[in-house]
Amino acid sequence: MAEDPLLTIAGLRAGYGGKPVLQGIDLAIPRGEITAVIGRNGVGKSTLIKAIIGLLPPSAGSIRFGGREIGALTAHARARLGLGYVPQGRDVFPRMSVEENLKVGMSIRGAPNPDYDAIYGYFPILRERRRQAAGTLSGGQQQQLAIGRVLVGGPSLVLLDEPSEGIQPSIVQDIARIGVDLNRRTGLTIVLVEQNIDMIRAMAQRCFVMDKGRVTAELTPAMLDDRDIVRRHLAV
Amino acid sequence: MPGFDAVIGFLYQFGDAAAFLVLCASGLAIIFGMMGVINLAHGEFIMGGAYTTVTVAKLGVPLPLAVLCGALAAGAAGMVLERLVIRHLYGRPLDTIVATWGVSLIASQGTLILLGPSLSDISTPLGSVEIGALSYSVYRFVLMGVAAAILLGLYVLFNFTRFGVLARATIQVPHMAETLGVDTRLIYSLTFGIGAALAGATGGLYAPTMTLVPTMGVQFITEAFVTVVVGGGDVFLGTAPAGIVLGFIKSGMTTWEGQLAGQIGLLVAVILVIRVLPRGISGLMLRERA
Ligand SMILES: Nc1ncnc2c1ncn2[C@@H]1O[C@H](COP(=O)(O)OP(=O)(O)O)[C@@H](O)[C@H]1O
Ligand SMILES: [Mg+2]
Repeated sequence: MAEDPLLTIAGLRAGYGGKPVLQGIDLAIPRGEITAVIGRNGVGKSTLIKAIIGLLPPSAGSIRFGGREIGALTAHARARLGLGYVPQGRDVFPRMSVEENLKVGMSIRGAPNPDYDAIYGYFPILRERRRQAAGTLSGGQQQQLAIGRVLVGGPSLVLLDEPSEGIQPSIVQDIARIGVDLNRRTGLTIVLVEQNIDMIRAMAQRCFVMDKGRVTAELTPAMLDDRDIVRRHLAV
Repeated sequence: MPGFDAVIGFLYQFGDAAAFLVLCASGLAIIFGMMGVINLAHGEFIMGGAYTTVTVAKLGVPLPLAVLCGALAAGAAGMVLERLVIRHLYGRPLDTIVATWGVSLIASQGTLILLGPSLSDISTPLGSVEIGALSYSVYRFVLMGVAAAILLGLYVLFNFTRFGVLARATIQVPHMAETLGVDTRLIYSLTFGIGAALAGATGGLYAPTMTLVPTMGVQFITEAFVTVVVGGGDVFLGTAPAGIVLGFIKSGMTTWEGQLAGQIGLLVAVILVIRVLPRGISGLMLRERA
């Protein structure tokens, strides 16, 4: 992992108001890999992701992306550097059509004539529903839209926060397959926060465990194949 | 044909009232509907637009260009105000009301001190036209057309342009727009500027029809608020229909019992709407569509 990680986090602290959540995170995300971050509810996984994308200001520590310190940048500046964020809960723009949602994701490129065919190729349902208001889609469709919306901007790192939450298994499998496919073909780096063991095993090449605002363990691919070990780290 | 004259006369009154309501409310509605900011300085942006327009027009600039100057001046002032005051108060609606009220007082009293109690005005252009037995101001017809054109322009801006899509995204889920690379602060600043520019344009458009005094904003702000309250947060589903309904009520009451009855009609309408439709006409429409 010594060889040039895409994202390096050192001593990162952040929280809400006076409440500290991240208590000094150290993490290196290798370029071109799918890295999972697991841990029980409330240990600070989403908080970590929000701090990386820039929705939460760090109180200490550093975040380096592609060799550049980004801890003081706004979220939109980080997005323009190639960070993509798919939030827990999806957060589609509810009163805009599917295609308008994609248009927002595309705007980062400033392409005058947007071409959504690649995204519609991955998620055919989005083409079918492209004129429909995003708020009226099912949970699984919204998740596909949230992922398509960030991919259309051509990020080099995608932060996926619990993409399987509340979604039917067939769509979870699709998402895992597409993530792996993108990673293999384009070298897209993915950070995956997940509770779903099957999804972690289907996607991740490497896995960190978080507890109480710290990274407490790293699981090797071999350990990932052992359901019991993974389950123990996810146990509530 | 007295019947014909009465009908045309009423339509003229109705169109004039509706155009006035739409023009003076659209800027307020955009700032409230898109940003949740209640801008009590709206009337002073109108005043500023009117003063700028008249000053520029007196230099010999044609009126349409002078109105454009008024709009741009108000829009620029709006962006400065957003930068210096409003930005620090997002998510704090009551503080924003107090702050913009303060700005409103400073602007009107400052104008009084610097420019005196009134500005000599310019005359209403375009003369009049006779339809049937009565004559009507041509400029009032122009105002009706401009009100319709501004609504259409806003519709196109917010639905079919890149700025419009990013602005709607920012309004719906700000943190998500930001993480998709949208400079949401810039969007807020521009949206506030557009609202202020619309106020300035309204002031400029009505400047030739009225006396310019530093407190002239007051004449607009009541009707602007009534229209926004009745319409709700959406400019197209709210402000436009509210302008039409209220314009009908106001012109009907005015024709029947005079100016005062028209004002009373507006206020009764707003009280009824608050009771029946707390989120205004657009709240009703959005709920029925969802
Ligand atoms: N917006 C917020 N304001 C205050 N506290 C929060 C907020 N979001 C999360 N927290 C708290 O921060 C801690 C970590 O939350 P989170 O990062 O969402 O955990 P995870 O994603 O690992 O389940 C929890 O104790 C949670 O209650
Ligand atoms: Mg979470």
